[in-house]
Amino acid sequence: MGQIQLKQVTKSFGDVQVIPPLDLTIQDGEFTVFVGPSGCGKSTLLRLIAGLEDITTGHIEIDGQDATDVVPAKRGLAMVFQSYALYPHMSVRKNIAFPLRMAKLNQAEITKRVERAASVLNLTDYLDRRPGQLSGGQRQRVAIGRAIVRDPAAFLFDEPLSNLDAALRVGMRLEISELHKRLETTMVYVTHDQVEAMTMADKIVVLQAGVIEQVGTPLELYHTPRNTFVAGFIGSPKMNLMTGDEAAKHDAHTIGVRPEHIDVVESGGQWQGTVGVAEHLGSDTFFHIHNTGLAETMTVRAIGDVNLKHGDTIHLAPRVDEIHRFDADGLRIA
Amino acid sequence: MATKASRSAARFMMAPAVVLLLGWMLVPLIMTLWFSFTKYLPLRGDSIDRGLDWVGFANYARFLSSSSFWPSVQTTLVMVGGVLLITLVLGILLAILLDQPMWGQGVVRILVIAPFFVMPTVSALVWKNMLMDPVNGIFAHLWRFFGAEPVAWLQDASLSSIIMIVSWQWLPFATLILLTAIQSLDSEQLEAAEMDGAPVLKRFWHIVLPHLARAITIVILIQTIFLLSIFAEIFVTTGGAFGTRTLTYLIFQRVIDSQNIGLGSAGGVYAIILANIVAIFLMRIVGKNLDA
Ligand SMILES: Nc1ncnc2c1ncn2[C@@H]1O[C@H](COP(=O)(O)OP(=O)(O)O)[C@@H](O)[C@H]1O
Ligand SMILES: [Mg+2]
Repeated sequence: MGQIQLKQVTKSFGDVQVIPPLDLTIQDGEFTVFVGPSGCGKSTLLRLIAGLEDITTGHIEIDGQDATDVVPAKRGLAMVFQSYALYPHMSVRKNIAFPLRMAKLNQAEITKRVERAASVLNLTDYLDRRPGQLSGGQRQRVAIGRAIVRDPAAFLFDEPLSNLDAALRVGMRLEISELHKRLETTMVYVTHDQVEAMTMADKIVVLQAGVIEQVGTPLELYHTPRNTFVAGFIGSPKMNLMTGDEAAKHDAHTIGVRPEHIDVVESGGQWQGTVGVAEHLGSDTFFHIHNTGLAETMTVRAIGDVNLKHGDTIHLAPRVDEIHRFDADGLRIA
Repeated sequence: MATKASRSAARFMMAPAVVLLLGWMLVPLIMTLWFSFTKYLPLRGDSIDRGLDWVGFANYARFLSSSSFWPSVQTTLVMVGGVLLITLVLGILLAILLDQPMWGQGVVRILVIAPFFVMPTVSALVWKNMLMDPVNGIFAHLWRFFGAEPVAWLQDASLSSIIMIVSWQWLPFATLILLTAIQSLDSEQLEAAEMDGAPVLKRFWHIVLPHLARAITIVILIQTIFLLSIFAEIFVTTGGAFGTRTLTYLIFQRVIDSQNIGLGSAGGVYAIILANIVAIFLMRIVGKNLDA
């Protein structure tokens, strides 16, 4: 079990309110990702759930029980920190066994659980090493191992992949997703990287300045962003947002079209501009286009290798039914 | 210092300092060794100009067979051990305390460091006359206030008193080193331990103390080096009486009071040996116990 409920939770550091009143329910077994720009309060929110920070006002319930004043150790949650926070003077084995030793389990049980966690995470050969002798990915796995041995009600991850290089990050992303599929335990995952959010989450919570902008599945956020912030934040490359006459044509203050929803055509087309930079990836080509008269730069994704280069004129045909419309407050017009 | 050229340049530039230091240490060491094998009693007319008589190991044998030798070794070890224990325990507590965010932190830290700036002689005199004096000392007043008989500290509890004085002097050093070590502890490690279910004392034992291991080693080694040669504090308080005669003080008495330089030098060589035994012993224990 691991249902977490935040009710009218706020957090202030001194006079500064970092989290305005916030309601959120994380269902049992769900992989929830908090995503938002740096400094928006994701870590703070996670630490409130963990109990590492005191809530200023409001309530937290875990499995229906009020946990607002429960100490971290008694909440039954396990956390993986951004810096891994491994104990440097202990071997991998002792690191993973530490929560079990604190829970006063007997030695046989501890050994059994540590070995099982190590085999799940491919750490069996490294059990007697110190964290300092491991690579970044291995340290990450030890931190996860230390979390899973306790059979927690939920896992909390605070940007666990941000210290890894790009290739390793993709690998670990998969491993964590698979771990979630296997354990079926609630996971709350904080990241500023929307790609991580999109690929891993069952449910994404988009935060800005401590406020929840939208909650939904990755595809809900992709297809029906509630406002311009979510529209611009979710999806890669970013959605093209335009105001002015072009938006007025669609009875909106702002319109947005994703780069993959604009077709490159030989001639005609609704819009045109000059190619600034063309990024040829083979499978796709990304064009950064100037002088469209619509926005500073526009990004367009064409499938395959399209042979246009810097300075060429490019003709564009947006798919009309994929245009998102927003009002003057930035809210979606249905 | 990566290339061969920069390494040799570095050696060349360090050479004067190294030569000077070596000379500084080697000359007295060799002279001590030489004197220790000779009969050198200046009051009986012995002098380097006229040549000293070689007596072999006679001085060593005499120093060792003196009834004061073993007690002085014991006193030395008790004093060093006592001061180390007190400064480490209190130093760790103070360091933890000073690490907490509190009002007036800067001033408090300076106050804590202050004793280190007082000369040993002065601080020993202050303790002797202002605090520990059985008639006019502050302690005596305090004792009388509570209706107790004042303690003649430097006579009845002489070794403990000196340990107290020296600890007071060295506490700032220990605290300072330990404080910087505590400040370098990653707070996420403590939070992780908290989530792992470790209460405050267990966090201290399993996380903070191992993190301090290296700093503790440094404190122990540096303090031991200086504490083995404690002199001024004994000289101005008890003058080596009441069981406070350390090896250093015994050597001083042999050389100055008895004017027997040969015998004193032999004692000096014993002191060197003792210091090395203690050092090796400490490295072993400290390295093993705190590293695990
Ligand atoms: N202990 C603290 N004291 C004061 N302000 C803090 C503290 N922790 C975080 N903040 C502030 O709260 C805001 C959110 O921080 P954080 O939750 O770490 O953001 P994120 O993890 O989303 O990057 C930031 O503006 C930060 O400066
Ligand atoms: Mg953060």
